[in-house]
Amino acid sequence: MDYNEILSDRVKTIKPSGIRKFFDLASQMEDVISLGVGEPDFTTPWAIREAAIYSIEKGRTFYTANQGLQELREEICRYYQRRFHVDYNPKDNCIVTVGGSEGIDIAIRAILNPGEEMIVLDPGYVAYTPGVELAGGIPVTINLRQEDEFKLTPELLKAAITPNTKALLINYPSNPTGGFMTKSDYEKIVPIIKESGIIVISDEIYAELSYEEEFCSIASFDEIKDQVIVVSGFSKAFAMTGWRLGYVLANPVLTKAMNKIHQYIIMSAPSSAQYGAIEGLRHCYDEVLKMRDSYKARRNFLVKTFNDMGLETFKPQGAFYVFPCIRSTGLTSDEFCEKLLEDQKVACVPGTAFGPAGEGFIRVSYAYSLEELKVATEKIKIFVDKCRGNHD
Amino acid sequence: MDEKLMLSLLQKNARMKITDLAAALDESKDDVIEKLTELEKKKVICGYHTIVNWDLTNTEIVTALIQVNASPEREYGYDRIASHIYKFDEVDTMYLLSGSFEFVCIVKGKTMQEVAHFVASKLACVDGVTGTSTYFVLKQYKNDGVILIEDEDGKNDRLVVTP
Repeated sequence: MDYNEILSDRVKTIKPSGIRKFFDLASQMEDVISLGVGEPDFTTPWAIREAAIYSIEKGRTFYTANQGLQELREEICRYYQRRFHVDYNPKDNCIVTVGGSEGIDIAIRAILNPGEEMIVLDPGYVAYTPGVELAGGIPVTINLRQEDEFKLTPELLKAAITPNTKALLINYPSNPTGGFMTKSDYEKIVPIIKESGIIVISDEIYAELSYEEEFCSIASFDEIKDQVIVVSGFSKAFAMTGWRLGYVLANPVLTKAMNKIHQYIIMSAPSSAQYGAIEGLRHCYDEVLKMRDSYKARRNFLVKTFNDMGLETFKPQGAFYVFPCIRSTGLTSDEFCEKLLEDQKVACVPGTAFGPAGEGFIRVSYAYSLEELKVATEKIKIFVDKCRGNHD
Repeated sequence: MDEKLMLSLLQKNARMKITDLAAALDESKDDVIEKLTELEKKKVICGYHTIVNWDLTNTEIVTALIQVNASPEREYGYDRIASHIYKFDEVDTMYLLSGSFEFVCIVKGKTMQEVAHFVASKLACVDGVTGTSTYFVLKQYKNDGVILIEDEDGKNDRLVVTP
C-alpha cells in the first residue's frame, strides 16, 4: 500500500521546511561550526530551573487550568504592563501555550475560514505560511526590502490588503532579518489596520532583545488593541526554548475562541515549566538584561565584520540574527551556504529558507560566544575571498 | 561609549583584542584605547588578572577566611586598622562587614602553619584587633563567577541548525 496516497491533501501540499533540508546536510558532517541556530546559547537561569525542580519535588505534577496557572497569568499580565504598557487581565485575555508556536497556530485557526487571506511577511519565520495553509487559508506574502531594513511600510501593507484579507501576521524584532518596528514605524500602519478592520497576529517573542530602540508592541495602540493577538513566550528572553512555554494575549472573544482549540488539542502547558516561568518573571529580569548586553556586543561585532568583508549588512535593532547580503559573491543563497559548508564547514542558513524574498541573503545567528563568532567569521572571510577570486 | 558593556566584556575576557573590543562596542579603535586609558587612570579598571585554579597545578596553596573583630578609633573609624591589615602581602582580599565581626580577610599561604603563624604573630597583634577566627578552605567551587570544578551545566547540546 502506498501510504503517500492516504495522506491528507493539506499535508501533501505543504512544503518541507528549507531549514530541515539544510539541517540534514549540516548534521551529516563532522566538526561543523554552526551559526545556524535559532535559540539562545545561554542555559536557563538557575533560579528558574531550581523553581521547576522544587515544583516536581512538591508533586505539582497535575494538569493546570486550561488557560494556565492563575499565578503565571497574573505575572504575564503584570509583565506586559510593566515592560510594554499594555493592559491585559489574567482571566479574559491570557492563555499559557506550548511555546509561541502553539500560540501562532491557535491564533490563526481561531480566526481563519477556508479561502480567507492572511498576509505574511517574506522573509519570515518558517512556520507562518504552513500555519495558514494548515488552517485552509490563503497566505498572501509581502516582500520586504533591505532598503527599508525589512520593515513593514504603509505602501506595502496597503497594496496587499484585499476585501478577502482577514488578518496580518507580523514578527518584530524579526527572525530571520533582525528587522525592527519603532513606535513611529507603527504609527504609519496603524490607521490602515484600523480602517480595514483586519486582525493582527503579532509575534513578539524577541521583544526583550531590542537594542538601541525601545520595543513597541502594536497592541499598545489603543485604537486597534482589540484587533491584535499578541503571541510571545519565554524561549528567547529567558533562554527557555526546550521548556516549550509561551502565551497569547487578546480580547475576551478571541481568547475564548483560542482557548477552545487549546483545551482540546493541548489541555494545558507543562506544569513544571509554568512554575519555572513564574520564578523567571518575578526574579530573573537581571539575567535577561545580562544576556541582552552580550547579544548586543556580538551583533556589533558581526555587523562590522561582515561589512568589512564586503557583505553588506544593515544593523539590526533586535533579535539575534544578522542578515548579510551575499549577492556580491555572485552566488545564490543556497549555493553560498552549501559551498561555505563544504569549503569551510561553517553552517549558516540560506535566506530562501524564510521565503523567496530571502534570496541574496543568509541568516547568521549570534547566539554564540564572541570567540566562536570570531573563528567562524574568519572562515567565512576566507570563503568570500575565494569566491571573489574566482569571480574576478 | 557604552562603558558598562565595555567593562563587562573585559571582565569576561581581559585578553580581548582592541580591534574586537572596538567592533563589539561599535566604536573606533582610538576611542576605545582612549577610554581604556581613562578608566585605568581613574582606577575603575584596577588590573587585568587571570583566574587561576591552583588546585590543578603542583603548587601548594592554602586559603583561609579570617573573621576579625576590631574596635573603631576616633577620627579614623575602622580605616586605619584596616590599612594595617591589608598591607600585609598575605592578605589577598579584605572587606569591612556589618554583623557580629568587623572584617573578613582572605589570606593565602603555602601551608596551614604559615597561615596560622601569620594570624598569631601579625594579624592578631595589630593595634585595635580584639579577636580572630580562622576558617581554612577545603574545596573551591566557584571564584569570580567562574565554576572551577567539573560541571556538566551549560554543556551545549543544541542542534546544528534550527529555525
